[in-house]
Amino acid sequence: MRPDLEVIAGLVPPGARVLDLGCGDGQLLQTLIQQRGCSGTGVENDPESLIAAIRRGVSVMEVDIDDEDPAGLAEFADSTYDLVIVSQTLQTTRRPDRVLDHVQRIAGRGIISVPNFGYWKHRFQLLVGGRMPVSSAIPHPWYDTPNIHLSSLRDVETLIAERGFEVQEQVTLGRDGFAIRTPVPNVVASGAVYLLG
Amino acid sequence: MAPGRIESTTTTVVLFDAARPLVLESGERLEHVEVAFETWGELNADASNAVFVCHALTGDAHASGSDVDPGWWDTMVGPGKPVDTERFFVICPNLLGGCRGTTGPSSIDPGTGSAYGLNFPLLSIRDFVTVHRALLAHLGVKRLLAGVGGSLGGMQVLQWALDAPEEIAHPVVVAASSRLSAQNIAFSAVARSAIMGDPEFKDGLFLDSPDAEGPRTGLAIARMMAHITYLSEQAMAEKFGRRIQDGAEPRRRFGVDFAVESYLEHQGSTFLDRFDPFSYLYLTRALDYFDPFAEQGALSRVIAQPTRFLVVAFDSDWRFSTSHSRRIAHTLERAGVPTSFREISSPHGHDSFLLEVPDYLDTVRAFLDHASEAAHAS
Repeated sequence: MRPDLEVIAGLVPPGARVLDLGCGDGQLLQTLIQQRGCSGTGVENDPESLIAAIRRGVSVMEVDIDDEDPAGLAEFADSTYDLVIVSQTLQTTRRPDRVLDHVQRIAGRGIISVPNFGYWKHRFQLLVGGRMPVSSAIPHPWYDTPNIHLSSLRDVETLIAERGFEVQEQVTLGRDGFAIRTPVPNVVASGAVYLLG
Repeated sequence: MAPGRIESTTTTVVLFDAARPLVLESGERLEHVEVAFETWGELNADASNAVFVCHALTGDAHASGSDVDPGWWDTMVGPGKPVDTERFFVICPNLLGGCRGTTGPSSIDPGTGSAYGLNFPLLSIRDFVTVHRALLAHLGVKRLLAGVGGSLGGMQVLQWALDAPEEIAHPVVVAASSRLSAQNIAFSAVARSAIMGDPEFKDGLFLDSPDAEGPRTGLAIARMMAHITYLSEQAMAEKFGRRIQDGAEPRRRFGVDFAVESYLEHQGSTFLDRFDPFSYLYLTRALDYFDPFAEQGALSRVIAQPTRFLVVAFDSDWRFSTSHSRRIAHTLERAGVPTSFREISSPHGHDSFLLEVPDYLDTVRAFLDHASEAAHAS
């Protein structure tokens, strides 16, 4: 499993009912179900990923997170999950702020994982090369990327606070997605995972 | 017969009689109920590989067939298909109230010795399921690996899973609805008006006169109109456009001129050979009243004994649009019932559930492959 998913799995309380937004092929949910006694639902809109998740026995719903009420995330009722995971997905949505509001409404608790545009390599590529950065954390060229709302970790933390969440735990990720310790995550980390409550 | 194809024959069994009548949801009784069904494949030693197929409004027991005698769901059911008759024991009956071998309004009322006609009691989706469950017991199957159905078939699967989740481990509900909209009911109403307003309907008494033809015009019109709702506007445009049926120049008079008119007329007239106007009335009426989630405690059984649902919709279906399926999926999901939902992109409208739509068939295959694997593991 991807190292950042391992980090997320470690933050999920055993037995939790989990909604995984942008669940991909359902690997994380399957791990949570099998190893931590969790239950839950994945949300995805890529047909191949949906079929792969269904083949694993993970329940997934084809929902476009960007759809506004009455479709989209509005279909998930208030307080029906213990936790919403938003892994490498927030930056792909049209309105990350509204997604966080849904997390608040559906579970009141969330784990979000985001790439860090403020990572020193990204800064360097923009500052010295004068071009939009491409790295293992944001591997797509600017014109063809699902990441339409890139931000630094500091930006994300500001939004988290604005939407009424507290960061209960934070894990910063290094170049390969493994957890690292650093006093200056906004520069050194390629991304971060936040447990919000 | 194609090589390797597992042939099936239609069997008829009496499941209810005077000693053990069928008690309908309305409280009315039927003292003789025969059911025509087909099976494919073999039931395995622990009876864990049975899959039940529920047909839609005008289907029958012949879900899967051969090249010379095709089934109505050959895209889904057959050797190597998602409902794989080489691995699963597949059961498909004609439903109660139908006209393809199972007791319905044109059957003989044992109490009078003549056909029921409009004296046949009104039916509900739950009544169809009651008869399915009796067939299952007759076949010695306690728990289905899966129940699969499209449109009205999906509604039967849904009702069954809500009523007896212990009997159906993996319900697959395709292009269905848990509550018809006003527009849906309106279409049904026009279809029934066409049949009942046909002078040959004679208030339902046409069965009594041996040389009466019955409401053939009305039934054909009902079918023609229904067919419009089964296709998307795009599918019709692609299939027919404004093409003229015979010759390059339009004849510019009434009667069939456009290709689409010829198609509808053909659909209407071929329908008369295989369908019964009373069945059309009774089955469409059962659809209109279907509203399983409105019942008190509708979800209590399925919450206590969770089954894994797959709900599928098609984006171009306007007969039962995606919002119908989404309502089913989210009602279950909110109750904590494991539910997968897909909105398949397909240009063919409601009919998509019968057609070769790879994304859809791959989804059902993945779901049933996992179901089969999980059954073996346990």
